[in-house]
Amino acid sequence: MSTVTTIKEKMDLLAAKADQLAPVRQAALKAFNNFGLPAPKHEEWKYTRIGNVFNLPLQWAPDQVDAVTAEDLKPFLLPGHEEANVLVFVNGVYASALSVIRSASIECMSLEAAMDSGYAELVAANLGHSGKYLTDGINALSTASLRGGVFLTVKRSKDAEHPLFVYNITDARQVNMLSQPRVLLHLAENAGLQMMETYGTIGSQESFTNQVMEVVVEKDARFEYYKIQNDAAHASQVSTTHIRQTGKSFVHAVTISLNGAIVRNNLNLVMEAEYCDSHMYGLYCMQGKSHIDNHTIVDNVMPHCESNEFYKGIMGDASTGVFNGKIFVRQDAQKTNAFQSNKNVLISDDASVNTKPQLEIFADDVKCSHGCTIGRLDEDGIFYLRSRGIPDQVAKSLLLHSFAMDILEQIKPEPLRNYVDRLVSERLAYEME
Amino acid sequence: MLSIKNLQAGIEGKDILKGINLDIKPGEVHAIMGPNGSGKSTLASVLAGRQDYEVTGGSVEFNGKDLLEFSPEQRAGEGLFLAFQYPVEIPGLSTVNFMKTAVNEVRKYRGEEPLDAVAFLKLMKEKMALVNISKELLTRSLNEGFSGGEKKRNEVFQMAMLEPKLAILDETDSGLDIDAIRIAAHGVNAIRTKDNAVLVITHYQRLLDYIVPDFVHVLYNGRIVKSGTKELALELEETGYDQIKSDYQFA
Ligand SMILES: Nc1ncnc2c1ncn2[C@@H]1O[C@H](COP(=O)(O)OP(=O)(O)OP(=O)(O)O)[C@@H](O)[C@H]1O
Ligand SMILES: [Mg+2]
Repeated sequence: MSTVTTIKEKMDLLAAKADQLAPVRQAALKAFNNFGLPAPKHEEWKYTRIGNVFNLPLQWAPDQVDAVTAEDLKPFLLPGHEEANVLVFVNGVYASALSVIRSASIECMSLEAAMDSGYAELVAANLGHSGKYLTDGINALSTASLRGGVFLTVKRSKDAEHPLFVYNITDARQVNMLSQPRVLLHLAENAGLQMMETYGTIGSQESFTNQVMEVVVEKDARFEYYKIQNDAAHASQVSTTHIRQTGKSFVHAVTISLNGAIVRNNLNLVMEAEYCDSHMYGLYCMQGKSHIDNHTIVDNVMPHCESNEFYKGIMGDASTGVFNGKIFVRQDAQKTNAFQSNKNVLISDDASVNTKPQLEIFADDVKCSHGCTIGRLDEDGIFYLRSRGIPDQVAKSLLLHSFAMDILEQIKPEPLRNYVDRLVSERLAYEME
Repeated sequence: MLSIKNLQAGIEGKDILKGINLDIKPGEVHAIMGPNGSGKSTLASVLAGRQDYEVTGGSVEFNGKDLLEFSPEQRAGEGLFLAFQYPVEIPGLSTVNFMKTAVNEVRKYRGEEPLDAVAFLKLMKEKMALVNISKELLTRSLNEGFSGGEKKRNEVFQMAMLEPKLAILDETDSGLDIDAIRIAAHGVNAIRTKDNAVLVITHYQRLLDYIVPDFVHVLYNGRIVKSGTKELALELEETGYDQIKSDYQFA
């Protein structure tokens, strides 16, 4: 039986379950049946053949009690782990035994429980909101599969005193595994949260992570978000982060992609209030046959918002990259200030990047700029460094590191910045060998 | 120290250097002057090992070794330094980190132990004082947004850090204000010993007031057409290149 058929059977079972999430699942299942998996002719999936991942027999086992231990987790831990709030998903399911919430200001519960809580209205309004922007079978698949997901809220006027670390772990020791972690995160008025997340595949079987995180950022809240993707070369993922700014708020998102088979990111910023201030940074540094695809959407709904988007890529070996940056400025969104830039360096003849800005502007008094470049390392720079005694290979990796620097600098917590810097430096030294 | 014999070089089939002969001995200061486009920077680039230029004839010996056989980084290791006419901007790399790597790579080439952080800082402080350059400038991205004068001063700083045997200064004085020229010259003079040498490429006499040359050469149309002592520079400042151009344009 094909992967899609077995998954569908499970989704049918889930949809029939009479729990609080059933209506959401049922609607998404309809959408999934309607969309199917994205075909290459799908405009948003032209260069990212995600359907191929499903050619394997993938197991999706959301009810499986899992064998992942704290010991197994160790290789994936990010610096500062001991002090942090920790959420662990194993094969897409919240693993309470491995997770801990230390901050009194953070409340954490299953999505099912949230539907029964005082947050029911909030959850109903936001769970699946990303589907309004991502009309494809992959997003629908996640929502149709809702199981083991988590609702988190950071309370009003509280800065979470500890950051939140999220680990998305896939156990691929026995079988090819499909993981679908799901989070709905809410930052109440004037709340602040620093969050970092990463992905880890255990074992040598294939893994595919279809993650959706939906975030609601209310008035005066501050959300700082770091996504570190350095999973195994045989692990693929579609990682969706959909952020609604429902009040004047601040978002700072940094996406660092270093490894994976197919890595597709959807980062959406929906600015629904005036005077929102948002920053999206990305650095991808790929090798082998890795494929990285960053799709971003900035939707300016209200006036006076500012967004700043800056992605950089270093592509080695036969790696391939996609950058697609959409900026919508709606009719009411006067005085929008939107900046976008994507710069790429190819360090191999076999590497390639497709980059495409897409601006749709319906207001007349706005400032939008965008630019993209795909180039090689600057020969003048290489010669300059070599003329000071720096060997060719060292000069090149130093220049690449310098190129990455302004994105690395956007990682505000120093231990995390140093950690990522080390990974990037090692990668670049390796690339140049 | 440096012995250039009948050096010919060009780019993309275009001949630029058409037979250069030049001998520089330890302790000497040589100045090269000449009209725009005559090949001065090309000569400097070929000596530093820029691969865009093709050497089509002649030879260059540096301390008894065939310089043209070496890569640019090996030439630096051998003690050659070029202060660029147009220093390159490198966003994201500070001069401090650049020099830390460069100094230690050169030491490695020479079979010396790398400097540790403390020793490096000490060396840097000493050279900063020498060329009167600020810490702020050295921690910023290399040459990015530097004024013309700051870029040149940074070149002199790098030279001081690397303590070369032969320093080639390609128009290091252009863009410098009067005080800065004096400071830059002071930096050059401070690292001079009887064992090393300086080759100054300049359009103006002013720098030569401070770095007094033993020999002055005029490069025109890819050849050294005239050589003399420091008085030649003064003479050129008076008369310009008209006479030389008319004498040699069909040479
Ligand atoms: N990369 C290159 N491609 C094509 N022509 C070049 C290149 N580099 C130098 N040339 C040419 O070679 C000639 C010599 O240039 P060079 O820069 O050596 O002159 P210069 O004597 O340093 O001049 P200036 O005093 O203006 O600095 C010029 O005609 C220049 O246009
Ligand atoms: Mg020149």
